[in-house]
Amino acid sequence: MNGLEVSGIRVRFGHTEVLRGIDCRVAAGETVVLFGPSGAGKTTLLRAIAGVEPAASGVVRIDGQDVQDLGPEHRPLGMAFQNFSLYPHLSAYENIASPLRARRLRMPEIETKVRRVADLLRIDHVLGHLPRELSNGQKQRTALARALVAEPPVLLLDDPLRNVDAKLRYEMRLELPPLLRKTGAAVIFVTQDFREAMALADRVVVLREGLVLQDAPAEEVYGAPATVPVAQLFGDPPMNLLSARLVQEGNRVRAEAAGMVSGFPDLNITRLETLLLGVRPEDVLIASPASGKAHAEILAVTPLHERCVLLLRTADGTELVASMAGAAPIPGTFVSIAGARHAVLFDPASGRRLAVSDARTEMVA
Amino acid sequence: MRESTIRILRGSALALILLFFLFPILWILLMSFQTNADILRIPPRLGFTPTLSNYVALLSGKLATSSGTLDITFLRNLGNSLLLSVASVAASLVLGVPAAYAFARYRFRLGESIAFTLLSFRFAPPLLVLLPLSLYFQILGLTDTYGGLIWVYQLITLPLILWIVRGYFEDTSPDIEHAYRVDGHSWWRTFTRIAVPLARPGIAAAGLLAFIFAWNNFVFALVLASADKQPVTVGALAFVTAAGIQYGQIAAAIVLSILPTLALALYAQRWLVEGLSLGAVKG
Repeated sequence: MNGLEVSGIRVRFGHTEVLRGIDCRVAAGETVVLFGPSGAGKTTLLRAIAGVEPAASGVVRIDGQDVQDLGPEHRPLGMAFQNFSLYPHLSAYENIASPLRARRLRMPEIETKVRRVADLLRIDHVLGHLPRELSNGQKQRTALARALVAEPPVLLLDDPLRNVDAKLRYEMRLELPPLLRKTGAAVIFVTQDFREAMALADRVVVLREGLVLQDAPAEEVYGAPATVPVAQLFGDPPMNLLSARLVQEGNRVRAEAAGMVSGFPDLNITRLETLLLGVRPEDVLIASPASGKAHAEILAVTPLHERCVLLLRTADGTELVASMAGAAPIPGTFVSIAGARHAVLFDPASGRRLAVSDARTEMVA
Repeated sequence: MRESTIRILRGSALALILLFFLFPILWILLMSFQTNADILRIPPRLGFTPTLSNYVALLSGKLATSSGTLDITFLRNLGNSLLLSVASVAASLVLGVPAAYAFARYRFRLGESIAFTLLSFRFAPPLLVLLPLSLYFQILGLTDTYGGLIWVYQLITLPLILWIVRGYFEDTSPDIEHAYRVDGHSWWRTFTRIAVPLARPGIAAAGLLAFIFAWNNFVFALVLASADKQPVTVGALAFVTAAGIQYGQIAAAIVLSILPTLALALYAQRWLVEGLSLGAVKG
């Protein structure tokens, strides 16, 4: 297989196992976003793939070749470190040229390649500067340029947009996907920001406590999280998780929570259990209080420019978060919840996803 | 107003401290241009006719005393000091810098114990070591050889360099070296092109300190070497002659023997400037 293939990666530091058997494939030309909270093991996984983590065991294949026994200098990959790791005594130009010098390219060729990648990342005007004379955003782009310049078949990018300012981050989110696609490399992109994941990913791998929780396209991770932790991690504000009342109707289950009813096809519940109904805030349908639906008091409002996020409390005391377009309502007033556009049913014991609601939106009878 | 008062106070405080520390050196400099008679006059006078006779005696190797002319080997001693100090520090850098890197970057069996044992050489009083050492040196045929002295000088210079440079290696992020490896450079290139240049202020400081300690060593050479291998520190004993102590020549000898260290310190100063590693990693 072309691209990157890792299997059974384990890393143990003393008594703590940081990675507990990671399997992952990234095809050439594909961008996989490695998503997870701090301490999930994202950086450690990249280090294991790059070969700079001596405690790592498992198999790493690049373009079908097993590189596990090779030192980092013999693995055909580029890596952008989260802390930049620029060479402080070398200019930005020499920093970027380093992988080319290692490959013993000729001077004019090095010059051309460095200029090209610097133009692309808009750091061409600071190539003569030392790292300490660069802003954080410029440092980060220098580190990115160093990873890209030799056009390796595998790119490991450790949160490369974390330190760039908001404007540049938006531009880079737009520019990076075509840029990465053009390199044809298998890319692993680490981030803690789900919007970045949504924007860049062909596929998202959710990592937590050293385990892969879900490996799926971004829309699927968002719409149908595999487990409760994924639902809580992926999304901002996070998914509402509500105790649901269940009714079996043939081979279909109706779940109701906080005035929202969702139908789940092809699902049989064996006994009366409480399950968790997961509803994204933007999937909570808000209506004016006059519509006669379940009322909810607005406890707090966070305006987010084009929409606002409401913290609601229903009559039975359930609190949930909803987001709606338009002007922010006043806290203390009431709205009614008309239903849920989309919902996911979880087993609270195992945390696993049981079903995704059918497309039909139902209202309380 | 207040600002200027503080500045005047700070200036005078600095002047006082400088005077306190530099006075002995200034006095020695003055002494080196005086005859023994001027030096021993009581009360001492600032006004005297400067003479270069002390320096002439040292450089010509002929010491004229009231009881005749003595041969002195000051220049040879100075050469010995230079050779011993430079060679010891060079050997310590070659051995100590890679060792310091190993202790800083890798955990291995007995690593800490070895590092601490090397440091403990600095605790032991040299005289305690010297007696058994001189016996061994006789057996090994190392007595009165430059090689043997340089070897013993490692007791002074190696622990110093090892421990100071280790701290500097530990202060630089290993990720910088990882990045260089990932770029495709070998371990050795990474060590010479990244690790050593980044630790250069530490290496310069440690090298300078080690040089000063080696230069000022007295007892090792006194016991383990004969006259023609001895450094200035031991050679200065020759100025205590039957005809009295030659203070003028001692002062001139001190002035001359300060010069190499001073020159080295001035040269190493630019590497001592900290902050080379600023901006390497985030933060």
